[in-house]
Amino acid sequence: MKPARPYQFLVLLFILCSAVVPARAEQARPVADDPVLEERVLNLSRELRCLVCQNETLADSRAELAVDLRNQVREQMKAGKSDEEIIAFLTARYGDFVLYRPRVRPVTYVLWFGPFIILLAGLVLLFKYVKRRRDVIVDTPLSAEERSQAKAILDTGTGKETA
Amino acid sequence: MRYLIPLVLFLGLVVFLAIGLTRDPHEVPSPLINKPAPTFKLAQLADPSKTFSAEEMRGKVWLLNVWATWCFVCREEHPMLLEIQRSGAVPIYGLDSKDKREDAIAWLRELGDPYVLSVSDFDGRVGIDYGVYGAPETFLIDKNGVIRFKRIGPITPDVWQKEMLPLVKELNK
Repeated sequence: MKPARPYQFLVLLFILCSAVVPARAEQARPVADDPVLEERVLNLSRELRCLVCQNETLADSRAELAVDLRNQVREQMKAGKSDEEIIAFLTARYGDFVLYRPRVRPVTYVLWFGPFIILLAGLVLLFKYVKRRRDVIVDTPLSAEERSQAKAILDTGTGKETA
Repeated sequence: MRYLIPLVLFLGLVVFLAIGLTRDPHEVPSPLINKPAPTFKLAQLADPSKTFSAEEMRGKVWLLNVWATWCFVCREEHPMLLEIQRSGAVPIYGLDSKDKREDAIAWLRELGDPYVLSVSDFDGRVGIDYGVYGAPETFLIDKNGVIRFKRIGPITPDVWQKEMLPLVKELNK
């Protein structure tokens, strides 16, 4: 028997994986009595930072505080509060740090506008530099000898043989 | 001269990054500093038939220490709290966060009780009102019920001597 080719093994692996994934997804589906509300909770939670594990959103985190805060968000939504009101509730307690999208306010001006200012400054410098170089480099026409040399190079493809 | 510009820019970047490295990203500045302490009314740990409210502390400087038996660092902090209690500098009230009552009582019996009293925050709701995200946390509240200082993490002897005690003395004047 011939040894199995690597791609055959990969195909087998792929089949096995695709058989496993849907089964797990079936299990992990959250139990929600109100899918619309749950969707809203999830959407807002994605904008909020979990303070325990700071590089995770409230939606992703499994920290206990994140679970509690998601519950708070859910409860307040059930009570009819708007997203803005809930964000105000959370920032009053945890500060702007809970927001993944920093607010535009004087402290964050540098953050928001800094890159554009740097880009603009770069463009100005580049423009000035190019302009200065254009002024410095003078157009000198080729002499007759240079012209014939150039012609020879162009005709043969490389200049080395004729030189 | 023109070669100095990148060097200066680079050094500037180094200074910024060096400052950044000395800062602890886990210490999130609380928006509650210099704001009135959130009110609460919770059952006392030792006797759940009695309640305790932050309002009762008007006219006094006090510490509100958030602790829990599941909190590993709280055990580390505990001796320091006992020391503060012994010094009589400021009364400490405990907010026992998301604990079983028996566990909390057993913990205090084992390690000693530095608190005038503790209240049970079973669902962590008051903790959220105080913006707590990791026990232990300690709030220093002044006579007008305003939060003047927040310590995230354990109170170390250094923090107590250099930051908290001077402020306690000043607020008690």
